[in-house]
Amino acid sequence: MSEPILTVEDLKVTFDTRQGRKWPWSPMKKVHAVNGVSLSLERGRTLGVVGESGCGKSTLIRAIAGLVTPTGGTVTLEGRAVDYGSRADVLALRHKVQMIFQDPVASLNPRMTVREIVSEPTRRFRGDLDPEAQDKLVHDLLDRVGIAQRNFNRYPHEFSGGQCQRIGIARALAVNPKILLCDEPVSALDVSIQAQVVNLLRELQAEMGLSLIFVAHDLGVVRHISDDILVMYMGGMMEKGESDALVRTPRHPYTQALLSSVPVPDPNVIVEPQVLEGDLPSPLNLPEGCLFQSRCPKRQDACKATKPALLAAGGREVACHFAE
Amino acid sequence: MSLLSVQDLAIRFSTGDGTVHAVNNVSFDIAPGEKVALVGESGSGKSQIALSIMGLLAKNAQVSGRILHEGRDLLTLSQDALNKVRAKKIAMIFQDPMSALNPYMRVGRQLTEIVELHEGLGRADARKRAIEAMEAVQIPDAKNRIDAYPHEFSGGMRQRIVIAMALICKPGLILADEPTTALDVTVQAQIMRLLDEIQSELNTAVLLITHDLGVVAGFCDRSMVLYGGRMMETAPTKDLFAAPSHPYTRGLLRAVPNINDAAGELRAIPGSPPNQLRPLTHCPFAARCVDAVEQCRSTLPELTGEATKRACLRPVEALS
Amino acid sequence: MTSAKARLQSQAFVEDVAEEMLSSRSFWADARARFFKNRMALVSVFMLFLLVLFAIFGNVIAQWSYEEIDWNLLGMIKEEGGPSIANGHYFGVDELGRDMYARVVQGSRTSLLVGFVAGIASVLIGSTIGAFAGYFGGRFDSIVMGGYTIWLSVPYIIFFVVWQAFFGRSLGQMILVIVLVNWTAGLLIVRGQVMMLRNREFVDAARMLGLSDVAIIFRHIAPNILWVVVIYTSMVVPEVIMMESLVSFLGVGIQEPNTSWGALISEGASTMTFGTLWQLAFPAAFFVIAQVSLYYIGDGLRDALDPKDRL
Repeated sequence: MSEPILTVEDLKVTFDTRQGRKWPWSPMKKVHAVNGVSLSLERGRTLGVVGESGCGKSTLIRAIAGLVTPTGGTVTLEGRAVDYGSRADVLALRHKVQMIFQDPVASLNPRMTVREIVSEPTRRFRGDLDPEAQDKLVHDLLDRVGIAQRNFNRYPHEFSGGQCQRIGIARALAVNPKILLCDEPVSALDVSIQAQVVNLLRELQAEMGLSLIFVAHDLGVVRHISDDILVMYMGGMMEKGESDALVRTPRHPYTQALLSSVPVPDPNVIVEPQVLEGDLPSPLNLPEGCLFQSRCPKRQDACKATKPALLAAGGREVACHFAE
Repeated sequence: MSLLSVQDLAIRFSTGDGTVHAVNNVSFDIAPGEKVALVGESGSGKSQIALSIMGLLAKNAQVSGRILHEGRDLLTLSQDALNKVRAKKIAMIFQDPMSALNPYMRVGRQLTEIVELHEGLGRADARKRAIEAMEAVQIPDAKNRIDAYPHEFSGGMRQRIVIAMALICKPGLILADEPTTALDVTVQAQIMRLLDEIQSELNTAVLLITHDLGVVAGFCDRSMVLYGGRMMETAPTKDLFAAPSHPYTRGLLRAVPNINDAAGELRAIPGSPPNQLRPLTHCPFAARCVDAVEQCRSTLPELTGEATKRACLRPVEALS
Repeated sequence: MTSAKARLQSQAFVEDVAEEMLSSRSFWADARARFFKNRMALVSVFMLFLLVLFAIFGNVIAQWSYEEIDWNLLGMIKEEGGPSIANGHYFGVDELGRDMYARVVQGSRTSLLVGFVAGIASVLIGSTIGAFAGYFGGRFDSIVMGGYTIWLSVPYIIFFVVWQAFFGRSLGQMILVIVLVNWTAGLLIVRGQVMMLRNREFVDAARMLGLSDVAIIFRHIAPNILWVVVIYTSMVVPEVIMMESLVSFLGVGIQEPNTSWGALISEGASTMTFGTLWQLAFPAAFFVIAQVSLYYIGDGLRDALDPKDRL
């Protein structure tokens, strides 16, 4: 195993909410979005993060990127802990870590041309290059992601969703990052276009030696692109492991239920979804023990009393008292 | 005798940028009790077809062709006559359950309203029917939850209520427009299962409109594939997945990741979706098709074949 | 591979490419094209242009200054003071024997100057505060919104009277006090727009590029809300002219002998019953033309800029 490029330890994110306050000066209530996630990302590899809506997977990578400030835990980038309170540290982080977003059209400023959009990061981050080299970089990047030169002066609304996502990728790569955080990059795209973007990301990863964190709710896509998969539920980690092994033999009851529900594009396969009864806990008021206890088919008293620790065994980490 | 027969349906929208040719002469039939999928990517016109059946198209739409239901052309019916067909004969399930429900009305009232209007039931009978409908879609504790407001239910439960609303008059045909797209996978699986159970119980025909081939594979008897507002292929679902005969269908199936198949390479369809501002004079897929020949860019192929029909000059079998 | 080659040579491919090469227009070029299609707005722009020319160069053909009294006509204003080319009083004289034409030119200057300067300044101030409140939210937003609510409850006429009692009634003070009264213009609408845009992913993308908050507001958000500000300005300018006229009409406006449309209308209205109708008609006509033109320009801008109609 090589030295990880990024390690995250016990990351927590809470948001203040005005909801349910009696007076304007009453203390804010806390929404617990991410509850102690630890992960490590090795150079050139891809970590997939899956979970259902509201599980905190997007917040997790937005916290790593510093778009929301983590309330606890540490992020270590290339052996140095990142101080999110320091502007210099955050700027340094963004030299190495860039992000692509969920809504390809909304992630581009509608009043800027494609050339302006991709030039902005080169101007800011590639001061080492002279203006001509910067222009050439913009040109090469857009060319690499498949945007024809005659379209450089057009505006985002004139492109399809897939093309907009390519432009977003070019913008992120203009910084020459080492890590690319992908926040549901293909979920807004059609199937045929989705495959184009996934394949492009894989090619670029190989060419530039990028490390990826790929967040998505579509397990099929995540399995396809990821070396490892992290399963989240209510902001907590349920299971983490090498992706083939995790999909073939899920050990956490939540992972099992999730995988059993994935539709398979093959009429000969009969999907037998494992039904989860019970309600989701409120993120304002998380339960004492296991986060999944209210819906778990295997719950026992121990699950209510103590939060299961993340136990590692055979390259797999599972947070369950009764993991198989 | 088919339950619904769509013949030569064309839908155009006049917009500031010109005329958008959303649906171009599409024809299909649905038999009673049949589960049919209308598969397509965004811009394929699948939702517009559903809306035209329900008479809910936007005001700037021009429609031609015929939509025959029980011998009557729905496109020529008056608003009043159409209102009687809606809900009672044909019901629709929308993509977003929250916007399909009135947030200021108790769910029970939204259900009883339909039966009071369409079947002339009294308050008490209507309430009984509403509870039955909620039980049919497996909402626990229906007797008490009937007086709750939509926001008091989870996303999956809300979609069950929308399904209950669609089913309460026992219509012969349900149009389900992306009914699970807004839901999480675990909930999606449950909802599709529920739809399947109810369908076999009531023998209602279902037209499932979706982009998700996984959902189609698990649910439908027959699949129709749309591209650029044009029917590309229609076939029994098993045949379609096993041996797609249209290059577009084949491309689509190769582009879908399969959770059970790690080695499978995702093979993207090159190019971008078609520009619909021009009237269709040739195959809409020709510009992205790897097998296209010169003739594909000059002629518009018709749908031909027996069990499997495709609109292609060079169908896949002929190539291999 | 041959098929790919065939594709490159096909007519359909050439058409596709030709279509993609259609020149692309920016949002503003699009809006300009739409605005120029609106005849009423164009006529109004022309009318407003004439008014501005009149205000700037009208004096060139005036034979009297706006404060000069024509002693020849005093005492027989009703009989001799009407509009006349012969004596050089094109619009007649007012009740003190001053040339109405020169006074209308002067009044137009004051009113248009106050309207545009105070109107634009108020919107810029309000929009900037609104943009910051919407972007940062939290405590700053609470304070701004609290101030806004309190400000709305201050009766502005009283504010005018008190302010001018302290600081005099010059043109500069007039503009200043109108800006002070109107600083809330555009605040709410810009704040709302910014709150909406702040959550769009392109703002996050800009943050990922290490841009500071101020840079994001002015470089990335401002171009996206400029259309709102333009529309709002087109509504505030006539409002400000109206406000200036109203306070002048009530006698707390601009200091004599300087004048404005409101002051002229006020004077004309007070002498209306003596049969000197021209003293009311000329300033009123200019006032109405300005208001109607500004209204139609605003309407045209709304149609041209509001993307709701765009598909």
